[in-house]
Amino acid sequence: MFSISEASIDVARLRRELESAGTGAAVCFEGRVRDNNDGRAVDGLSYQAYVELAEAEGRRIVDEARGKFAVEHVVCVHRIGDLVLGDVAVWAGVSAAHRTAAFDACRYVIDQVKARVPIWKREHYVEGASEWLHPEAR
Amino acid sequence: MKYRLLYFASLCDAAGCAEEVVASDATDPRALYAELATRHGFTFAPDRLRVAINGAFTDWNRRLADNDEVVFLPPVSGG
Repeated sequence: MFSISEASIDVARLRRELESAGTGAAVCFEGRVRDNNDGRAVDGLSYQAYVELAEAEGRRIVDEARGKFAVEHVVCVHRIGDLVLGDVAVWAGVSAAHRTAAFDACRYVIDQVKARVPIWKREHYVEGASEWLHPEAR
Repeated sequence: MKYRLLYFASLCDAAGCAEEVVASDATDPRALYAELATRHGFTFAPDRLRVAINGAFTDWNRRLADNDEVVFLPPVSGG
């Protein structure tokens, strides 16, 4: 499951989606809004997405993770809109029989989401300016 | 032909709008982007962008059809 959310991410609810009797491992990653980037003080972020394509590409990534790793549940939600410090911007969770597959799949999902899904971040700086981030390919 | 353009992030800022319908003689995304880059002052080279038509990624040489929804996607920064 992958979705784009305008509402704040309910981590407890998403964690429950990872539950099933055969899963001995659950790994989750929470990406949170921090107070600095590249040496500049940040006091908030705004995210924008091309929602239709972001959800399609996110679902492809989830399906890829399910094909590559021995996992049971794969869940990822990304926020859009205006976020304040500490807000969860992205949540990715995976459950599996064993921890190695859960760690590897969770890492795969978050890395691919950051690299491929059409979502953009605008940083708001404490000194007043703001700008969109368009990083070079890593 | 007419195309519906959606703009995101800094391309939206540069265009001054989130979407527009344009009449153009361009028949592929490469030619259409060149035209729009001139009009709106887009500074991204095409090789830094991806292109989507009607909600799916595609390539720069795809033949455009009348009323296609075309999106030029700047480098993403989710997460």
